[in-house]
Amino acid sequence: MGTALKIDNLCYRYGDRLALDNVSFACSEQESLGILGPNGSGKTTLFRILSTIAESQSGSIQVFGSDFEGNLAVVRRSIGVVFQSSSLDMKLTVRENLKHQGLFYGFHGAELDSRIDELLEKFGIAERGADYAGILSGGLRRRLELAKGLLHRPRLLLLDEPTTGLDPSSRADFWRYIDQIRTSENATVIFTTHLIDEADRADLLAILESGQVVAFASPKDLRTGICQEFVVLECDDDDRLSTEVGQDFDVTVEKVDGSIRIGTNDSGKLVADLLAKYGDSIHAIHSRKTTLEDVFFAKTGKWLN
Amino acid sequence: MVELITIILPVYSLLRREFVLFYRQKSRIVGTVLQPLIFWIVIGSGLDKSFISRDNMGYSEFFFPGIILMVILFTSVFSTISIIEDRRAGFLQGVLVTPVSRGTIVLGKILGGTLLGLMQGILFLLLAFTPLISIELSVIRLILLVSYMFLIGFSLTGLGVLIAWKMDSIQGYHGIMSVVLFPLWIFSGAVFPADGVPVWLFWVMKLNPLSYGLDLMKGCLYDSSGFQSSPNDTILALTLMILFCLVNFAVAVRFAQCRA
Repeated sequence: MGTALKIDNLCYRYGDRLALDNVSFACSEQESLGILGPNGSGKTTLFRILSTIAESQSGSIQVFGSDFEGNLAVVRRSIGVVFQSSSLDMKLTVRENLKHQGLFYGFHGAELDSRIDELLEKFGIAERGADYAGILSGGLRRRLELAKGLLHRPRLLLLDEPTTGLDPSSRADFWRYIDQIRTSENATVIFTTHLIDEADRADLLAILESGQVVAFASPKDLRTGICQEFVVLECDDDDRLSTEVGQDFDVTVEKVDGSIRIGTNDSGKLVADLLAKYGDSIHAIHSRKTTLEDVFFAKTGKWLN
Repeated sequence: MVELITIILPVYSLLRREFVLFYRQKSRIVGTVLQPLIFWIVIGSGLDKSFISRDNMGYSEFFFPGIILMVILFTSVFSTISIIEDRRAGFLQGVLVTPVSRGTIVLGKILGGTLLGLMQGILFLLLAFTPLISIELSVIRLILLVSYMFLIGFSLTGLGVLIAWKMDSIQGYHGIMSVVLFPLWIFSGAVFPADGVPVWLFWVMKLNPLSYGLDLMKGCLYDSSGFQSSPNDTILALTLMILFCLVNFAVAVRFAQCRA
């Protein structure tokens, strides 16, 4: 499998502020790559550069082996972009929106019509073709955006926080369509998000904080890279207990929102040991799998959400 | 051939969108045709008796080409203001990430506004064949007149695009409209003739590119007009208008080519 995207030492400044600081990563064809970060981490700037709206200031980007700068037309042909804000014309119908998009990519006539039919069918909006985009629900508009971004059969699909503003069922729906696209259109998918559960869907995840990539691996490797599980307990005197547990068990103990959090690879044994030793002081105790939220905290010292 | 298709299809797409959106926004028709019509009838009737021109022309007749110019100007303003709306709504960024060159995007946008203005200008021109006004137009003059109207529309829409491209608010555009676009019209000889005006005003009018566009139109509608008295003047006026048109187009494309 060839390389779909390769970013080397990308930097971007807004005046004195460094929005992207030596960002480097790569992903292969047909992989999905998530870019996870809070607001202000630089992910929107990165997306603006990848979608060719903004020009990179230093460093290099290659898409399917083509350098970004100097090959914009080629790059633009190979990428499909779904912005966070709508790029639909609300006063045009669903079909007209797609038709305009097709004409921009040189499609016309019967070929364009059949591609539009195919996409409307695929995204379950065939019966809404004659409706104005403005009267579609949020979920359907997102699907139309997807159809628009995919119309010219891009090899790389870029999505900027694509489920913003959608209710949980529309979000689930949207990701189901993305999974479908990856197989049916053979597309590489790159998306930005600040949501843990969406980030978990990626094959590869880049965690961005203050313009830097602080972690880059598969979500599974990122999680197991810290520890498999966490034991969380609540007690009266968390200062005392956290010091004692740290000394007695040789583990890293963190106090989070009035609870004590301990990373472990064997939570069953740890819970039993803790209860045996401090049973009287503990009000509640539970163990849970490590999440990407924990990974984010481990890498940045901050919580994402 | 393949190259040409990559220009024709997007231009057609933008043009079509311009007309479809115009048709779906009935209020725009009121703003661009009805308002100038009321202007022309009210101001024309009001000033007809008190207006004395070099050519013994009534004010309605004098004001006629000026009001067609207004129709073209208003259409180009309304059409280019949508660039700001499109940018805010997000439609424009969807266009900017396509492989279509910025020059083609600007061309499509300008042609859309131009043809829309031309269509309305021609509708207005039909008044010349009614008893409301006594203008005789030969076929050749009519063709020339429509060509000049196209040239003026292209120039003004180009100017509108280059202004709108750098603006982030519709209010800002309205500001520019009232200090740049509207005065361009007022000082073009559309509202009052250049004869007998103070020297400073004469020069303002003489330096206004739109004066030459209006002169070209007047040259088709009447036998004599403002600055033109010989065929050489017509060639000069045409050259200046073409230059104005090309400069606006080039600057609009240049602005559109800038990336963040």
